[in-house]
Amino acid sequence: MAAIELKQVVKTFGEIRAVDGLDLEVPAGICLGLLGPNGAGKSTTMKLLTAQAIADSGSLRVLGYELPERSKEARAEMGVVPQLDNLDIDVTVEDNLRIFSRLYRVKDIDAAVDRALDIARLQDRRKDAVDELSGGMRRRLLVARGLVHSPRLFLLDEPTVGLDPQIRTEVWDLIEELRSGGTTILMSTHYIEEAERLADEVAVMAKGKVIARGTPAELIAEYAGRDTAEVYAPPARRAEVRAAAEEAGLEVRAAGPAIAIVGAERASNGVVPDDAVLRPASLEDVFVLLTGEELE
Amino acid sequence: MSGASTPVPGGARRGRMRRLEPAAIAGVMSREVANFRTFWKSTAFSSTVEPIVYLLAFGLGLGATVVADVDGLEYVQFVGTGMVATAVIFSSVFPAMFGTFVKHRFQNTYDAILAAPVDTEELVTAEMLWIGCRAAVFGCFPLIVTFFFGLQPAWGMLLVPFFCLITSLGFAGFGIAVAGTVAKIDQFNYVTTLVVTPLFLVAGTFFPISGLPEWAQVAAQFNPLHQLVELVRAACFGFEWNDLLRVGFLLVFSFVTWRIAIVQLRKRLID
Repeated sequence: MAAIELKQVVKTFGEIRAVDGLDLEVPAGICLGLLGPNGAGKSTTMKLLTAQAIADSGSLRVLGYELPERSKEARAEMGVVPQLDNLDIDVTVEDNLRIFSRLYRVKDIDAAVDRALDIARLQDRRKDAVDELSGGMRRRLLVARGLVHSPRLFLLDEPTVGLDPQIRTEVWDLIEELRSGGTTILMSTHYIEEAERLADEVAVMAKGKVIARGTPAELIAEYAGRDTAEVYAPPARRAEVRAAAEEAGLEVRAAGPAIAIVGAERASNGVVPDDAVLRPASLEDVFVLLTGEELE
Repeated sequence: MSGASTPVPGGARRGRMRRLEPAAIAGVMSREVANFRTFWKSTAFSSTVEPIVYLLAFGLGLGATVVADVDGLEYVQFVGTGMVATAVIFSSVFPAMFGTFVKHRFQNTYDAILAAPVDTEELVTAEMLWIGCRAAVFGCFPLIVTFFFGLQPAWGMLLVPFFCLITSLGFAGFGIAVAGTVAKIDQFNYVTTLVVTPLFLVAGTFFPISGLPEWAQVAAQFNPLHQLVELVRAACFGFEWNDLLRVGFLLVFSFVTWRIAIVQLRKRLID
């Protein structure tokens, strides 16, 4: 049985269809990256899974429990890392973990707190107020707080959004440890590198539904081919090259100061200029082609 | 047989959890206690010193210059016993209004709590109970201070924390309901001016209700704070049968605000 099964889920906010006929299945034991641009419906999906949003229609089953009727049981067995830091900053590291151990009905609170402190690598800061921690420590604590009850399913909502690269790497290391330990993970992100590095499978989400799914390699092979040619040139020449490539039936996207011709291995002679930089196709190519949005 | 005892990897493993679980309520309250430990000194300071200031200003000031006694009761003692209600409303309605709003809108605390197996009903109940317990303690401070102004101890006073508790639960529920209703924190000003201040002034704390026009006396009977003032004075100077009705009124007040607070906060917290 899958850890998460969503079928034809719809959630509207007034005129906005935030989630629009979403089908999503997350098998137990994998890390699925929910990749999408801002406004794709990722956070609403996360809220639906914790019953902090109630679907207008469709069926939701998490860890075998129907939502929203049995969301409480589902929440007892899942951990959540929110997009925004909502730790109690005046309270000690240890007490933050202790409080959530109680909320999750953990029986041996001392052992759970110790284990979470190990995960966050904050044993020596356990008596300090959260306010005194560095940004990276706080983020690690936030992750460890979601693991205090050893959940079967772990939801991470944009776990590294707004973090500097060093802290992002620290959080990634933590998530990788969990993933290798077999915890089922659903992680929403709009960082391509995050999805590539951490996810066994990626579901690309846009306009409230999943529009493509597979391993990063599968998605690249299916949607972007083998090679991408980047052409760095003044705007006028870029426009010429783009027109020629599109006429030849190739997908072209903007890539900062360049244009990227995707599936360049299929190009006939002369379509890809000699001065183009050839590189392997990437998940970013797939994403931009599918969603029409540039990634961060 | 072996298949029945081996849990399916992604399948359900536990029976239905109940509503209003004590463990969930205790968990939320433990968060409040942990936070309160970081700021209890300032709160205890204001809760202790404020009634002394009021007693000195009204009790001694007005008592020495304008009013000597009310219905045979020395004015300082009249105000001192009435101040219990003031302490209760200030230490319940404001923490409920501002605390709930801040935790919801600015700190995102409730998002974290509701991601755990805790429902809005349990969250509101825990918040009300914690505020109620705190206000029940703070409500006793003016009474203790009034001992130093000649108030004689009485057995009935042992019930004062209970009266404070049932009243502050109601005001905590009211405050949470308001926080769950307003769009912006500035809108608390309307509630304070139009609801809290009139309730505070027409409770019989500083002057007897019997001196007001008849319509105001009738309206005052629906003021929970007035009922608390009457109950505290009864606890100090002797109960009457209708004090049971006052207790009943306060229990209904608390129950109604509890249910409204749950509905209003749920609208805010669950999309």
